[in-house]
Amino acid sequence: MKIADIINPANLVYEKTTVMNDTPMHYCPGCSHGVIHKILGEIIQEMDIQEKTIGIAPVGCAVFAYKYLDIDWQQAAHGRAPALATAVKRLLPDRYVFTYQGDGDLAAIGTAETIHACNRGENIAIIYVNNGIYGMTGGQMAPTTLPGMKSTTSPNGRDVSMEGLPLDMSKLLAQLDGVCYVTRQSVHTVASVKKAKKAIRKALENSMLNKGTSIVEIVSTCSSGWRMTPAESNNWMVENMFPTYPMGDLKDI
Amino acid sequence: MTRNKEEVTLLKGNEAIAHAAIRCGCDGYFGYPITPQSEILETLMALEPWKTTGMVVLQAESEVASINMVYGAAGCGKKAMTSSSSPGVSLMQEGISYMAGAELPGVIVNVMRGGPGLGTIQPSQADYFQAVKGGGHGDYKMITLAPASVQEMADFTVLAFELAFKYLSPAMILADGIIGQMMEKVVLPPYQPRMAETEIREKYPWATLGKTKDRAPNYISSLELVTEEMEKINLRLQARYREIEKSEVRCEKLLCDDAEYVFVAFGTMARVCQKAMELARAEGIKAGLVRPITLFPYPVDIIKELSTQIKGFLTVEMSAGQMVEDVRLAVNGKVPVEFYGKMGGIVPSPDEVLNALKTKLL
Repeated sequence: MKIADIINPANLVYEKTTVMNDTPMHYCPGCSHGVIHKILGEIIQEMDIQEKTIGIAPVGCAVFAYKYLDIDWQQAAHGRAPALATAVKRLLPDRYVFTYQGDGDLAAIGTAETIHACNRGENIAIIYVNNGIYGMTGGQMAPTTLPGMKSTTSPNGRDVSMEGLPLDMSKLLAQLDGVCYVTRQSVHTVASVKKAKKAIRKALENSMLNKGTSIVEIVSTCSSGWRMTPAESNNWMVENMFPTYPMGDLKDI
Repeated sequence: MTRNKEEVTLLKGNEAIAHAAIRCGCDGYFGYPITPQSEILETLMALEPWKTTGMVVLQAESEVASINMVYGAAGCGKKAMTSSSSPGVSLMQEGISYMAGAELPGVIVNVMRGGPGLGTIQPSQADYFQAVKGGGHGDYKMITLAPASVQEMADFTVLAFELAFKYLSPAMILADGIIGQMMEKVVLPPYQPRMAETEIREKYPWATLGKTKDRAPNYISSLELVTEEMEKINLRLQARYREIEKSEVRCEKLLCDDAEYVFVAFGTMARVCQKAMELARAEGIKAGLVRPITLFPYPVDIIKELSTQIKGFLTVEMSAGQMVEDVRLAVNGKVPVEFYGKMGGIVPSPDEVLNALKTKLL
């Protein structure tokens, strides 16, 4: 087969979403953010909502999300993305508004904004990337860090007698009447990527149905913060993160 | 602004702000209750502007959330505001700094009460430093208007939005508990329609309303890791602050032409000083009054000019002496600048102020 035959449009089985631009990503090898950005771009393209979507970027590794996806973005102060999203959606109710937040942003400093936006049933989608660690600042302990898990601020492992147990935000948010959809996904296999994509699409669709808040938690890897290779990270996530943060829907109304 | 006699009404300062916000086409108010300014949120909730102008009113979970809601709304080119009192405004400093950094317009009302800490619910002017010297982090300045009447509470709501959008900067109305709580006659501003989305897109092309085919994506951010670029942003902001200092100084002068002694005071204390000035004049003391209306930009030149004509200034504040530092900088040692003030929510009386003038300067 010649190269010209291979690149024949008729043979095209995959192409990069046009919503994602060519800016080189700052994410580390093995990081889940790149895949999540890609499926988010694909969904926006497939739903044809590029002109009607406003993303709210967090503080954390995804602080530069606005550089990679060609939609309008606002970058929030640490933890405040749901407050921004509240105002944007209330003033522009016919726009798709989502936040993209890590576990430091959503489960630590932004807990109040998250719980109250969800309790008010803001018609927004929250994409919650949980890798159990602060990646951007170099691998410190997060509220989501597993018991015994090592980080730069828990060098001997998280001691639950001192630092408490992991905070399961999805479980907590699922109890709120303002929330219509909570699901926990991952993006470490082809099958899981497909499922995560369906979940994010559903969350965005929900935001137009006046049903309340949708949360898609994506349990993710942080090879740099975990001090592992990408392959080791995936295995470690399945073996250690999934028992604490089990996959599947927590709520779907 | 056209005035209509039929529209004279009796309102609290806080209520006047709520009415003026609706009338000037405000798109969103986000706030959290705190004494002595809760009437702003209460009045808006009672007036239900979402049924008339479409203005969004939301009681947020905290002042932190409130200011970040203002940031989100402002990022869409919308006219958004919040209000609070001293402890709550302390919580907003992060968001104000982010707004300054992201070059976002928005209005913050601070109806000051005595501090530090939870302090008291009585009036104070002790947040002057916080407002004009940058309560948040980084090199920024915030346009700060100091109303001295209920009328000015209404008028400055309109003006604060105009200045915020003109300079793409947060603007603060720095009132005190008395101006917020007292009732006076007020003529409310005329109704202006809220900006249509087409107008926002045209006037504020940076607004995140959704990317259109003919433009690159917009993003609102205060982040720039390339130091040379961050320096450029800072230089742009500083140039804007110099422009504000050149063009937006507002100040009232009373009986300064023949004055030998001049009171400098803002807000409620300017009204007390006006009375003290009258009492002084009745005793043959040639007193005048400078009332800064904009605290940033500060009326430096007006005070500087007066310092060549008079024998001394008495700055009077409901604080330990904050604005007096700016008076001293403007006067630069040419004549004495004395201070008289009360803290903890106590309002000095005209007699006390006159007595201070006599003992400190005469």
